[in-house]
Amino acid sequence: MTETLFIGLSLSSILLLIALGLSITYGAMGVINMAHGELVMIGAYTGVLSGIYLNLNLLFALPLAFMVSALLGLALERLVIRRLYGRIIDTLLATWGVAIVLQQLIRLEFGLSFFGIHVDGLGPGLQSMDVPSFLTQPFEIAGVPIQTYRSFIILVTLLLTLLTWFLMYRTSMGVQVRAIMRNPQIAAACGIDVRRVSAFTFAYGSGLAGVAGVLLAGFKTVMPEMGASTVVDGFLVVVVGGVGSLLGTVLASAMLGQINGVFAILTNDILARAIVFGVVIAIILWRPRGLFSFRSR
Amino acid sequence: MTTNRRSFLKTGAAFGATLAAPSLIAGRAGAAGEVEVGVLFSQTGGLSIVEKSLADATLMAIEEINAAGGVNGMTIKPLVEDGASDPKTFNEKASKLAIRDRVPTVFGCYTSASRKAVLPVFEKRNSMLFYPTYYEGFECSKNVVYTGAVPNQQLSNFIPWMMETLGKKKIFIVGSNYIYPREMAKVSKILIEQNGGEWVADEYLELGHSEWGAMVSKIKASGCDAVLSNVVGDSVISFYREFRNQGLSHDEIPICATVTSEIEIAAMGAEFAAGSYTSFPYFQAIDSPENKSFIERYRSFVGDPSAVTHHAMESSYFQVFLWKQAVEQAGEASPDAIRAAIGGQTFDAPNGKVTVDPENLHTHLTPRIAQWGEDGQGTIIDAYPEPVEPMPYVAYGETPENMFCTVAGLDSSKL
Repeated sequence: MTETLFIGLSLSSILLLIALGLSITYGAMGVINMAHGELVMIGAYTGVLSGIYLNLNLLFALPLAFMVSALLGLALERLVIRRLYGRIIDTLLATWGVAIVLQQLIRLEFGLSFFGIHVDGLGPGLQSMDVPSFLTQPFEIAGVPIQTYRSFIILVTLLLTLLTWFLMYRTSMGVQVRAIMRNPQIAAACGIDVRRVSAFTFAYGSGLAGVAGVLLAGFKTVMPEMGASTVVDGFLVVVVGGVGSLLGTVLASAMLGQINGVFAILTNDILARAIVFGVVIAIILWRPRGLFSFRSR
Repeated sequence: MTTNRRSFLKTGAAFGATLAAPSLIAGRAGAAGEVEVGVLFSQTGGLSIVEKSLADATLMAIEEINAAGGVNGMTIKPLVEDGASDPKTFNEKASKLAIRDRVPTVFGCYTSASRKAVLPVFEKRNSMLFYPTYYEGFECSKNVVYTGAVPNQQLSNFIPWMMETLGKKKIFIVGSNYIYPREMAKVSKILIEQNGGEWVADEYLELGHSEWGAMVSKIKASGCDAVLSNVVGDSVISFYREFRNQGLSHDEIPICATVTSEIEIAAMGAEFAAGSYTSFPYFQAIDSPENKSFIERYRSFVGDPSAVTHHAMESSYFQVFLWKQAVEQAGEASPDAIRAAIGGQTFDAPNGKVTVDPENLHTHLTPRIAQWGEDGQGTIIDAYPEPVEPMPYVAYGETPENMFCTVAGLDSSKL
């Protein structure tokens, strides 16, 4: 039983990890960022490449991936999304295009493969990232074997959630972000630099995606297409939790992760996934705005 | 098939130039002294990483044959098409090759999905497909020459060996959720029961699924003493990683796989697979001068000194030679002539002697078992003394004395 709960907890933490950045970009800024999964993918490749070329281990790859994805997110905001605020369907299309471009950049090794140059760690193939051995040996608590790497993911997710909460609810920047979430025009009228704050918020959310990417790379396959499936999970959580609610995102990922884990053990993974989708459909029928939501924009 | 002026001139020229191949007048082939073949694999998309190596091996074989004087004095001209990892595209490209280019032979397809998608084209247009992948069997087309392993060639040695040599009696069967792993599981169950073992579970995960937490903990809780894995593609990597992360070791509960090849091992990091087993007719580790030379030639052909070779890729290579021998024996390259001549063709492939079965057009191959080491290479620890007869319907009771698929076609009353 404890083991089942642990698997559920681990699934929850991975969902939360992906959804955290998304809940900020989608929740706070009303941008359906289809490229979020690709930012996760870029984070994963940052982990792989830093392992190959800089000999960095996973712990150092985390901040590096945060920086890379955040800068990419900043560029994305400046170049594309800034021009599309308030046009939610257009952001969906535009970021989808960006997602395809990012995927192809990795697959074509930034275009170098046209010239016959192969960069180790890029290209269409499968990659993997080395995990330091102290994170792969399982340990036991009260006779229950616990996986170190999954515990590590849970820990990092917890820390990132606390950090996000702190930034959003305990700093002046956070107050500004929340003001923009409620009503950008009034926020601007109150003297908040909406553009600047939005850009930083988007960069932060993108950076979180990068961190998620590195952690996923430790136990999933790294490949150019990996983002597409992760972004679906992220949107599920954000939609169920309620747009713009940190608490909702946390609770929704906990719930969906546990449902997935418990049913995967009781029946099988395929059915568990179907049940999760069923629950999501039921919830959005019952509460179209998600479990926790407030009126905004 | 309309004969326009151009193709009339072409075939006329071909006729004049090569009297040895009179039936070229039937309308395929390009310029004089050339015979066109199709090469249809995914050059782009998710499957391209594997399929590109199959296309490369095919082209390498064609280049070698051309360098040695071609087929009946004709140069082979490959028409390379891209299936783009999409069965629908495979179907379109196969139609293009069969109808517009009128090539009598196509070397191609990797997944069963793509083969099923092109099959109607080849049957309707009476063209030949040479298919190099190990697959689930249950097919008896007279327009396909199957040069990869069928379930009995991967399992008939593997399961008895697991029971006797490894002493594993309780088997957990796990696979990706589609036709190949499900058919493999069917055959496995028959063999496990015949050999006095039991299967404790038969579980599936979605294709491409990478969350193995629940499944591996089920494996742990099941009390099995070995895992038979029919998991394919990128899921393999997360499976082996999770297996190790949950504290299981291949010493106690080995993963015995039917799909995990050199490619997946290289991608997951060799230490995660070290100690596990795979059954295939071909491994890069086969220690023979023929194979060593094959690996070297392949590496210089693709210009990558660390390129890996694997089973489907080796089949892609030797099937071109089988085709060449059939064309030479028949004296012409028409599909009917190839079909008549291909049965019984024998070739010394890098994995040893291979023979095309005249009845079901599948290939006699030698099953081998390898244990993976820390360096990502297998050590061959068991091999059949001789090639094993292919039985595509073994899951449905086919035996060497009672073949379902014969020259006359499939005897469906036996199913």
